[in-house]
Amino acid sequence: MSNAAENRGFFERLKAGLARTRSSFVKNIDDILFGERVIDQQLFDELEETLITADVGPTFTYDLIEKMKEQVRRRELGEPELLKKVLRDTIADIFGKYDTPLVIPQNGLFTIMVVGVNGTGKTTTIGKLAHLLKNNGMSVMLVAADTFRAAAIEQLEIWSDRVGVPLFKQKIGADPSAVVFDAIHAARSGRANVVIIDTAGRLHTKVNLMEELKKMKRIMAREVPGAPHEILLILDATTGQNAIVQAKMFRDEVGVTGIILTKLDGTAKGGVIIGIASELRIPIRYVGIGERLDDLRRFESEEFVNALFASDT
Amino acid sequence: MFENLTEKLEGIFSKLRKRGRLDEENIAAALKEIRMALLEADVNFKVVRDFIEDIRARAVGHEVLDSITPGQQVVKIVYERLAELLGGKSSHLKLSQRFPAPLMLIGLQGCGKTTTAVKLARLLVGQGHRVFLVSSDVYRPAAIEQLRILGEKVEGTGIYSSGDIADPVGICIRAMEEARSGGYDVLIIDTAGRLHIDDRMMDELKRIKGAVNPAEILLVADAMTGQDAVNVAGRFNDLLGIDGVIMTKMDGDARGGAALSLKAVIGKPIKYIGVGEKLDALEVCHPERMASRILGMGDVLTLVEKAQVAVDEKRARELEKKIRKSEFTLEDFRDQLTQIRSMGSLQDIMGMIPGIGKVKALKNISPDEKELVKVVAIIDSMTKKERRNFQIIDGQRRKRIAKGSGTTVQDVNVLLKNYAEMRKIMKKMTTKDGMKMLRRGKLPF
Repeated sequence: MSNAAENRGFFERLKAGLARTRSSFVKNIDDILFGERVIDQQLFDELEETLITADVGPTFTYDLIEKMKEQVRRRELGEPELLKKVLRDTIADIFGKYDTPLVIPQNGLFTIMVVGVNGTGKTTTIGKLAHLLKNNGMSVMLVAADTFRAAAIEQLEIWSDRVGVPLFKQKIGADPSAVVFDAIHAARSGRANVVIIDTAGRLHTKVNLMEELKKMKRIMAREVPGAPHEILLILDATTGQNAIVQAKMFRDEVGVTGIILTKLDGTAKGGVIIGIASELRIPIRYVGIGERLDDLRRFESEEFVNALFASDT
Repeated sequence: MFENLTEKLEGIFSKLRKRGRLDEENIAAALKEIRMALLEADVNFKVVRDFIEDIRARAVGHEVLDSITPGQQVVKIVYERLAELLGGKSSHLKLSQRFPAPLMLIGLQGCGKTTTAVKLARLLVGQGHRVFLVSSDVYRPAAIEQLRILGEKVEGTGIYSSGDIADPVGICIRAMEEARSGGYDVLIIDTAGRLHIDDRMMDELKRIKGAVNPAEILLVADAMTGQDAVNVAGRFNDLLGIDGVIMTKMDGDARGGAALSLKAVIGKPIKYIGVGEKLDALEVCHPERMASRILGMGDVLTLVEKAQVAVDEKRARELEKKIRKSEFTLEDFRDQLTQIRSMGSLQDIMGMIPGIGKVKALKNISPDEKELVKVVAIIDSMTKKERRNFQIIDGQRRKRIAKGSGTTVQDVNVLLKNYAEMRKIMKKMTTKDGMKMLRRGKLPF
């Protein structure tokens, strides 16, 4: 796989995981838009297939293609190359506004609550996030507030050992709000200045479970002004259009302040994140690109888009 | 988004006269809407393309029946074809004659293999099998522990405890031996989640397959999966040969288009669906229901069936008589609530009524299970006399009931008000008009 020179630094950091997404997507786009082609319906059809197959979603895809067709009609676009630029600019534009990184102040207790549906990789991501923050010189404590799933506490405990950060835990079946309450008091007494709370996976449609999250939030706000300071929604890149509904429900119900997109090391393209950024305006903080401790990377929109559309030849 | 596919099609066909014939021209716009609906439901792009062509061929020249509108006619063609494609071979597990018959669960990380393994064990124990569970997941922290904790909740299952073997293939071979000597007739192997493109991990599955010769290999797939479902399933199937699929997380609101994609790509049946976090939340897959779900039409059949199982028919008839005679007492009210609860969570049930799950306004008033517990407690705190005739419950009695049930007088007031309203509704429902409304899918309240 040969990379354009200016992108090398990026690929080095994103490694094979993201590169795979990039190469299959880019190869497609380039196959379609490169070479001596005329802009015709077939070209638009192929473009449509590429976008939809990447989970970008039919509504967004059709809007985009209509926009391009309109520009072709008005003779603003003449070559396939220009189409590619429009595509790149449009997507970069959407992401550009929402690639603000997670900033943790030096002083005071910073609380991070991690939420999401079942199986998106919350616990694993917390392990990686703790590793990243610890390497940045922060004192991190993990909180096992998933008291529901069998062995969830044990799973987080193993991560805390691996990363070398303390874990606050109680028994399985304990009230998660009570765990959070006690954890905050423990952190305040000097154990940590960043607290990452692992919550049980829950489908966004379960009203009672969403209420439980709200309660945890209330307890935290009562104990620490402004807490939780960050509510991270973990989304699985393999998920299709339902990810938009998930993000919307979690945002409306508990107020998501950032997204982490996991499992980008598979063949799924995670295109649904484009729709989420444009519709819901939630910053995308990190991407998960593998199973190793350092496989969590900051999401940087420009590089992400460059990676998606970089020339592969 | 596309909850109202039928409505949209009605609009498209409004110009077409009722007794028209579907032709290439008047069906084009409809097919476009169907296509969008399927893509929105995450059916794979290529599968949608083939499906739409298939529908076009079937619909053109089709006469619109007298009894229904052209829009309904098209939906019917789509729905029937969808159900046909999703159905097919029997979804029964074929357990071999060997003891034990090994079942292998495979899939990506986070698709729900471990929970599904235990649910499946519970289901098979219920059918009289003796099931032994083993996790070959030596990678994910606490995965083996998770299976053990969940498995212990199911009586009649044995669980392999890993001992000192660190090799997944070795674990499976050992588990086979233990299951055999323990007299178990089914062995469920919960394998580690893995990426379909991870050659080393895929090779491990091949070796497990070679070592235990599974009676069935079941792919566990998340109902929320997008376009990538075909790549994943295709690869797993190419390398290992899948016998069937278990779709998990069907209790969410994903339309589950992945089901159709999987069926189209690997041609194997969807045997079970996971519908909740409880261990009994694993059901046999019904293609017709899956079809209406993908189209966003509400799961009418499941609701009907669930209601039939839960409500004792004789009691229902008695109840109906009582309602007709306006004798619907607070005791009946309580019984009814308990019955509703045994059908599953109220939310699940509401989601199955066409239209209701989709109405936004109703999402917030979704009944709270805790509220139900309260209601039952209040009714339990009443005397028999009070339950039979709510009109005698005065202020003094209300105070006593509130105290007895650990609630407030306001709670009691609200309950009595709701009950009185319910009586009215019930009376309405049993009139001719009420039944008509119900049949049209409209609730009289």
